Amino acid sequence: MQLSNYIAERLSHRRPLLMTHVVCGYPSFEDNWRELEIMAGRGVAFVELQFPFSEPSADGPLFVKANQESLARGTTVTQCLEFMARVTAAFPFRVLMMGYYNTAFKMGHATFVERLAQAGACGYILPDLPIEEAGPLHLLADAKGLAPIVLMTPTSTDARLAQLGGVARGFVYCVARRGVTGASTQMDDEVSTFLARCRAATSLPLAVGFGVSTAEDLGFIGQNAEIAIIGTAALKAWEQGGETALSAFFDGLGV
Amino acid sequence: MNLFDFAPGREGYYGDYGGCFLPEILHSTIEELQAGFRAAKQDPSFWQEYRALLSEYSCRPTPVTYLANLSRELGGAQIYVKREDLNHTGSHKLNNVMGQGLLTKRLGKTRVIAETGAGQHGFATATMAAKFGFRCRIYMGAVDIARQRPNVFWMENLGAEVVSVEDGQQTLKDAINEAMRDWATNMADTHYVLGTACGAHPFPEMVSWFQSVIGIEAREQIIKASGKLPDRVYACVGGGSNAIGLFQGFIDDASVELVGCEAGGFGPGVGKHAARLAYNDASVGVAQGMKTYFLQNDEGNMNETHSISAGLDYIGVNPILVHLWEQGRVRFEAATDAEVAEALRLVMRREGLIPALESTHAFVRAIREAPSMRKDEVILINQSGRADKDIFTVAEALGDAKWKQFIKAKAALYAAE
Repeated sequence: MQLSNYIAERLSHRRPLLMTHVVCGYPSFEDNWRELEIMAGRGVAFVELQFPFSEPSADGPLFVKANQESLARGTTVTQCLEFMARVTAAFPFRVLMMGYYNTAFKMGHATFVERLAQAGACGYILPDLPIEEAGPLHLLADAKGLAPIVLMTPTSTDARLAQLGGVARGFVYCVARRGVTGASTQMDDEVSTFLARCRAATSLPLAVGFGVSTAEDLGFIGQNAEIAIIGTAALKAWEQGGETALSAFFDGLGV
Repeated sequence: MNLFDFAPGREGYYGDYGGCFLPEILHSTIEELQAGFRAAKQDPSFWQEYRALLSEYSCRPTPVTYLANLSRELGGAQIYVKREDLNHTGSHKLNNVMGQGLLTKRLGKTRVIAETGAGQHGFATATMAAKFGFRCRIYMGAVDIARQRPNVFWMENLGAEVVSVEDGQQTLKDAINEAMRDWATNMADTHYVLGTACGAHPFPEMVSWFQSVIGIEAREQIIKASGKLPDRVYACVGGGSNAIGLFQGFIDDASVELVGCEAGGFGPGVGKHAARLAYNDASVGVAQGMKTYFLQNDEGNMNETHSISAGLDYIGVNPILVHLWEQGRVRFEAATDAEVAEALRLVMRREGLIPALESTHAFVRAIREAPSMRKDEVILINQSGRADKDIFTVAEALGDAKWKQFIKAKAALYAAE
């Protein structure tokens, strides 16, 4: 099913949809699996599987540590791809590769999209790959039916948002605030103004990230966008108390 | 050769290397910087202001010194040294920093941030911030803070806040990542003073431009001092800013061979050195904002690096130098830790110069090659920094027993307080 149809179909049951995030191999692949079981149980629509990188410059402290410790335990790209294949075979949610461009560059663009497609991914998010440099990779991705997810940010001008909208596929990842992952965001007028600007720049569904952690946040996103991105808060819960804490976190979101 | 005459659509590229790989959140900030830098570069009064500031604040022009004793002893080429060690704060780092300080004013920003490895660039940035009245935060790896307390001491006393970076290898590359995160949050009032000719465009071009003052002065000085162009020019290469600064002065002089000297550490082998081009352990990748050679594994994750000198201990290298290397314009060599310690002793004893451990890598190659050159040939070495203020590091590198004794006694004294 086309990504746009999948999103439309899911939206007819629930709004906003949820997109969650796990860092492959942190704390371990076994933990990842148990997190994903809970996420699937809560009707999550998308999961970002982050392939750990040694220089995670767009990530905040918690994910930086997760990247680092996963690598220190010997996690490889091949293991991440094998894990992705198992995940996409077992769970109903769609899976995106999240990571840094060097992972794709070193593997080679063609191999990268080929292996992602084989592992059942529906797209990828590479936050350090600007659209000016992304053309050749995105073209190959298109041919494999993978969606390169483009980021829109509050510092982007309207002209830039239009440019980003022009190359976006699947849905758009809207960064609700400046900075890196993990800090809290006041869901306020400023954010809704920003999302309205994004809306004007693309007809694709909008996903809103960075700092989503309460039922109120979800309600706000439901009014202004289609997908709520939950990252750091879920990992924090898992670190604090495994299944129990992660389930309680989703209870708190009312999902 | 105009290195910065980019083809349409290839802005910031030197051959296949360079570019601008940043998260979207920084797109408008880097555009603003590119425009501000372009305007400053085209404004002759900006360059005049920059040169005047360096001459009244940082002893420029720094001299070229003839090493009569060493030249005689080695029996080959005549050896001259460009004295960047005589800059205020002890290295060429201040050139770039003062230039970026003027640019920060021009951009209307009031806060500066910087990464630092050995602490030289942080020290220079803290100095510039004090002079210009900017708020200043320096990111420094926890490992480097532990090794380089004297520079931390100066940064803090100059009014900068030094933040310990506890991620990754806790060294320079991790400090760069952390500075990028700060910039992605605070770009409205903050300029990121990158310390070397690496990172996203326009940083390699901008840092090269400010450092070109070294080569402009040196070409004139060496001709005056030796009566001819040098035959070989040596500079150490960490990120590569002092090297590109000096090399630019001779880039159009085909007879001048340019030699970049990297950190050979314990010699070739993964994790044992920081030589990206001289050894065969690096490959092309994209990280830290640029496409260049990195010491990385097959999956694109960065390897550990090692060098006797913290300032050369870096995973990547200036993309302009990679391009010049591929074209055969710059030759790359490595100097090992052991060779560096030996060369430092020799230069101190024969010439009374105390080059920084970084700069000593360039001396190693020059000293090795000089004897096989003719007596009418001329060598120019960039002494990018001085080591007298890095006494803790140098004493350790030289294994000085009396120094250790002194530190123990001093520690006992503090413990008794």
